[in-house]
Amino acid sequence: MIKQKELLMKYLFLFCACLSILCVALICLFLFSNGLPAIAEIGPLNFLLGTRWKPSNDLYGIAPMILGSLYVTAGAILVGVPIGVLTAIYLARFSSRRMSKILRPAVSLMAGVPSIVYGFFGLMVLVPIMRTMFGGGKSILTASILLGIMILPTIITVSESALRAVPNSYYEGALALGASHERSVFFTIVPAAKSGIMAATVLGIGRAVGETMAVIMVAGNQAIIPQSLIKGVRTLTANIVLEMGYAADLHREALIATAVVLFVFILIINLLLSLVKRGKGA
Amino acid sequence: MKKRIDPLSLVLGMLVRLAALITCAVIFFLVAYILIKGVPNLSPSLFAWEYNTENVSLLPSLINTIIMTAFSLLLAAPIGIFSAIYLNEYARRGNRLVKLVRVAAEVLSGIPSIVYGLFGMLFFVVTLGWGYSLLAGTFTLTIMILPLIMRTTEEALMAVPDSYREGSFGLGAGRLRTVFSIVLPSAVPGILGGVILAIGRIVGETAALIFTAGTLAKVPNSVLDSTRTLSVHMYNLSSEGLYLDQAYATAVVLLVLVMLINGCSAYLAKRMSGGYDGKN
Repeated sequence: MIKQKELLMKYLFLFCACLSILCVALICLFLFSNGLPAIAEIGPLNFLLGTRWKPSNDLYGIAPMILGSLYVTAGAILVGVPIGVLTAIYLARFSSRRMSKILRPAVSLMAGVPSIVYGFFGLMVLVPIMRTMFGGGKSILTASILLGIMILPTIITVSESALRAVPNSYYEGALALGASHERSVFFTIVPAAKSGIMAATVLGIGRAVGETMAVIMVAGNQAIIPQSLIKGVRTLTANIVLEMGYAADLHREALIATAVVLFVFILIINLLLSLVKRGKGA
Repeated sequence: MKKRIDPLSLVLGMLVRLAALITCAVIFFLVAYILIKGVPNLSPSLFAWEYNTENVSLLPSLINTIIMTAFSLLLAAPIGIFSAIYLNEYARRGNRLVKLVRVAAEVLSGIPSIVYGLFGMLFFVVTLGWGYSLLAGTFTLTIMILPLIMRTTEEALMAVPDSYREGSFGLGAGRLRTVFSIVLPSAVPGILGGVILAIGRIVGETAALIFTAGTLAKVPNSVLDSTRTLSVHMYNLSSEGLYLDQAYATAVVLLVLVMLINGCSAYLAKRMSGGYDGKN
């Protein structure tokens, strides 16, 4: 009787563990089976490299959106990674107890703020500022700054734990050789935590690529290849949300195909992440 | 000791302080801005039972958010905890299946919410024929928070010392009894921490819900009714551009929710570390 119960529960646990594999399989199946036919119909090259997205004329080229996602993500990394890593260094090695008590909850609050609130804040505060400063309110620049802010908590927490994992003897060794506190931290601890900081950056890239609601509100969403930093831009994620509501037939399938492209991007980023992590283990 | 001035050290020290200051300033400015603009707009009519275009009540959306959170947790928490139990307590090390589950969980946690939204639409809404409904939204969110609960539970289970299990086995308890009466209770704070993180994700989610749960601002009568959570409500208000004051007020409610959730998780984290200190 007891043995049966043990066995039953064991299989129940096993079944639950397999559910996440099933979910991934289902997601792949449904996305690919709905998206790939559309890519085939449009033509993979026309779809991926086509520069014009005009569903009403049956033109489905997502190159502007792919570029848009790349630009915005690169911008977010340029804004978020330096500030995030430096803040992590501050938290790990510089901050007093009292400052940590303020900064740490602030970072976790930042991580918890819904993206729609960030978007609304960007729309109400950042966009007008950028408009008066650069002449382009909803633009690559605005979206980059907002996304840079949004990936800060990810970068800070992951790099901070990497920095804390470095043995203190490295730092002490540098101090003993006569280096200042700052030099010891920057030239022994930070290089030793390099792979962790890389992992943080890759995670940040993943978040920035996948972000939807905040980007829609500040990026302008024009489906054309932007010519400058202060021009509007549409990302892959924005493309889906903006048009899914009314799309039909091939248009709808092209949007699902956009999600397929996004999904493949994320898989590549995941692969990068596991490579970075493996590098750390070796 | 004479202190030499080293320009590089000075610059580096200033840089980290500046970065920390920027981080702090951004979040404090954001919170202050939302509170100052939003609190004066928190009128009683925003909390009317029925939503209409005159009062733009957020109460139905708030209730929907709570229902949605409860349902998603009811589904995801047992599945996630059971998976973690299998991975940590039952599977042998180096098991192929375990590796596969880990990879799957990692993939799931990286998928953007809009992709979940599309999948939910294709699978739950269209293929299973549930339409835009509470149920479809709940299942989509369940898949989304599953890896989070799995990972945090696994970490909590790993933190339980092996001597607990050995003691239990030594007293003649079976594996199942050991798991449920010894291992799980000592991992509760860690698991709860994961659950709270999951609540935070659900409350803030928008993109995954627009095309699964729909945007009807009414308390649902059945699980197949369309619902709108608070974040979706806020998206609708701010994208329409007609109800900016109410959007600010909604943002305040969302922020307060997030702060409450963060407070709970900080309290748990404190208790968890305190608990271990007490034992050792």
